[in-house]
Amino acid sequence: MSLSLQTFSTVKDASAALRSGGARYLGGGTLVVRAVNEGDISVTGYVRATDPALSSIDHADGRVRIGASVTMATIARRRDLGDVVRAAKAVGGPAIRNMATVGGNLHAPAPYGDFAVALLALDVTVHFTDRDMPMADFIAGNGTPSGHDIVTAVSFAVPPAGSFRFLKVSRVKPKGVSVLSIATLIDTDGAGAVQTARIALGCMAERPMRAAAAERALVGSRLTREGIAAAVAAIGEGTDPITDPIASAWYRAEVLPVHFRRLLLG
Amino acid sequence: MEIRKEYFADERQDDLHEIGQSRPRSDLPGHVTGKTNYFADRTFPGLTHLKMVRSPHHHANIRSIDTSEAEKHPGVIRVLTAKDVPHNVYTILILIQVGPEDETVLADRKVSWKGQAVVAVVATSERAAQEAAAKVRIDYEVLPAVFDMLEALKPDAPEVNEHHPGNYYHYDSGDHRKVRFGDIDAGFAMADHILEQTYHSSPIEQAPAETTGCIVTPDGNDRFTCYTNTQAMFFTLDNTSIILQMPGHKLHMVGGTVGGGFGGKVDVIVEPIAILAAKLTNRPVSFIYSREEEMQISSPRAAETIILRDGVMNDGRLVARKVTGYTDAGAFSRHSPYGAQKGAAHYPGPYTVPNVWIDTYCVYTNRTPSSAMRGFGVTIADFALEVQMDKLARLIGMDPLEFRFINAYRDGDIKAHRQPTEGAALIECMQEASRVANWPVAEKYMAMSSRGREA
Amino acid sequence: MARVPVQFTLNGEERAEFIESGTTLLHALRDTMGDTSPKGGCQQGTCGACSVIVDGELRLSCLTLAQTCEGAAIETTAGLAAGGVLHPLQRAIMDGFAAQCGFCTPGMIMAAKALLDHTPNPTREDVIEAISGNVCRCTGYEPIIAAVLAAARSNSQNAG
Repeated sequence: MSLSLQTFSTVKDASAALRSGGARYLGGGTLVVRAVNEGDISVTGYVRATDPALSSIDHADGRVRIGASVTMATIARRRDLGDVVRAAKAVGGPAIRNMATVGGNLHAPAPYGDFAVALLALDVTVHFTDRDMPMADFIAGNGTPSGHDIVTAVSFAVPPAGSFRFLKVSRVKPKGVSVLSIATLIDTDGAGAVQTARIALGCMAERPMRAAAAERALVGSRLTREGIAAAVAAIGEGTDPITDPIASAWYRAEVLPVHFRRLLLG
Repeated sequence: MEIRKEYFADERQDDLHEIGQSRPRSDLPGHVTGKTNYFADRTFPGLTHLKMVRSPHHHANIRSIDTSEAEKHPGVIRVLTAKDVPHNVYTILILIQVGPEDETVLADRKVSWKGQAVVAVVATSERAAQEAAAKVRIDYEVLPAVFDMLEALKPDAPEVNEHHPGNYYHYDSGDHRKVRFGDIDAGFAMADHILEQTYHSSPIEQAPAETTGCIVTPDGNDRFTCYTNTQAMFFTLDNTSIILQMPGHKLHMVGGTVGGGFGGKVDVIVEPIAILAAKLTNRPVSFIYSREEEMQISSPRAAETIILRDGVMNDGRLVARKVTGYTDAGAFSRHSPYGAQKGAAHYPGPYTVPNVWIDTYCVYTNRTPSSAMRGFGVTIADFALEVQMDKLARLIGMDPLEFRFINAYRDGDIKAHRQPTEGAALIECMQEASRVANWPVAEKYMAMSSRGREA
Repeated sequence: MARVPVQFTLNGEERAEFIESGTTLLHALRDTMGDTSPKGGCQQGTCGACSVIVDGELRLSCLTLAQTCEGAAIETTAGLAAGGVLHPLQRAIMDGFAAQCGFCTPGMIMAAKALLDHTPNPTREDVIEAISGNVCRCTGYEPIIAAVLAAARSNSQNAG
């Protein structure tokens, strides 16, 4: 059977084409074409949409909306997005970053999807043609989009300087597949005490997850070795790390607190 | 790079035309322009693609194989099973009388490792072959499997391979290779300290950039050209000749350009079945491993377990070394009986030890068959030996480099294998390493020579 | 099977071919257009042997569908020695023995060219980053890094 590519100018039409089943939405190709190349015969065709809005970045009044077809390389070049670009730069090598899209990253299973970890910490809204949903609901599958719903964009408030941190740990330098990734969005008051904290983890479950216990432990503390001790102790709570050729679940659980401490103190 | 010419200066001529001179590599112009022809850089009209149906079980009896649905799948030209292979059970080193034949080209009655080839599907596209492969129905009776060498050697262990009762290779010397030198018991009796340690290694995949594969074209007159990236052209030619019961002059093997091998392409795996498929379909056939197959199916370096028991004197002399080595062949021999034998030949390492006892075993388990990889049988041995040397030095409070100078082999020393040492250069290498690494050793060691012992 | 036309420039030459819909750029180049310089090493985006430049950007041809390159300008290593004169990268790799089996070389050259096209005077770190998606298993990274830096130097000398 031929794996034909169908191209549509609107997301709506592309979505309709996906309803027949078998065909998969083609973003940058780094997930779907790979699956086909590796012999996934459940994929019977490709569908894509070329609406220019999918490839645009709109930044106004402190909020940014990034189209689902925007690549990691494009985000990495945006100086107006602050430290968020660090997460985009952490994805793949140069060729992968020129191809991999925001929309694809949202669907990437661990150990991939490092950028989605950043998006979870950033509390993004995930946009579809007919509705929006918080990232947490998207990941949890609440009100889940069926297979033919296509993500059109994500939007979020651009974090103030210094509030967003991102770390991807890999064994191969300068790039390699994730052992784990950590993204934090932390607000501190004038005295340096943490007011709010959002912490997201990659590879510590099948999908990006929040570290709720560590977040609670961090509020009211200062970002010192002593101040973060309780959060470091709690960072593994609720995690169920993956085991793959990169690392075992045991190893990931062991090194998570170390890297989390380094990220907060670094 | 720097060449230290003061060592062995009297044994070397410096006025040679080629040796010692930098010369352009003849293959580089092809590499940098993309013109080098790797086997897969050829296209043929009507090319077909072979995909393998593999065992999902580590160990199982095959009750039945049903290929009827696969054969009807659009694009499928031929489905091959064991009964299509003229001489289905083979072993690569039979060419040098290392038998018995113990491996199937396509499994017939049983599978002994997860990934073992059972059915080959030939179709007009890769996709059609994949789809048809998914339609092959194989009924398995799953059997208990064994993955640990010491477990496999126990009397009640599952039998991995009927050709190797007891799950070990039967050498002409018995269940293992052995070396005996001096009096090991006397050596241990005189030792100030004895250190016994066990070392383990996991299989290591060679992971060449280019995966294993070949393309075969029928040339008419029942003659076939096979474009292959094998590292072992004549092993491939002769084994294919045996498996297909076809004289060698019917087989035109074209190769020599290999996109990385590191030992991973010395087994004869893809060529016989691809040539058979070309013969039965009269079409060109391409059989190229996916990256996943390269990682999971092609033979890795063997896992090893090595037990080292050493006797050492407080003055640094090694007086006894007992080695028990286990090489995990996986389910079939391939090159592992040779690897285990190489281990026996390599111990006790580059050291002169008066009392040596070496036993090395080649063991069968339900793991991916292992084979060659850069210094197989030796590299892991050296890892174990050198870690052990560091531990021994620490045990007697001696500098680890000085400890090695004391025990280094020299020209004229009789090795455990009764061969006199010739051309040793360990002393000089360590002297230079000591300088370069800024790891000073006592002057008496810097005055040593590999050519003989001090008075 | 659905065959579709694709049209793009390959190393400056207008090419129009019919391919099967859904064919990857790698297969289209190798099987239909006769350019076997991009290699299929993993087909999963991990090894970089299939790297080509599409409209000035480095891409993995094994994960790119040929139809998505309609009208694009595609560069491969096969087109680099224009008029028989080796590109400085090709020359530097030969001079520095920065290839062994050669399988990763065409992809490595494309990754390095994509860097030098945008960053004519790269640092060592720039080079490492630029080839970070390209795997060499004969472990020749150091000679490769040195060759890319040498090519950049010879480029700037030529320009000066």
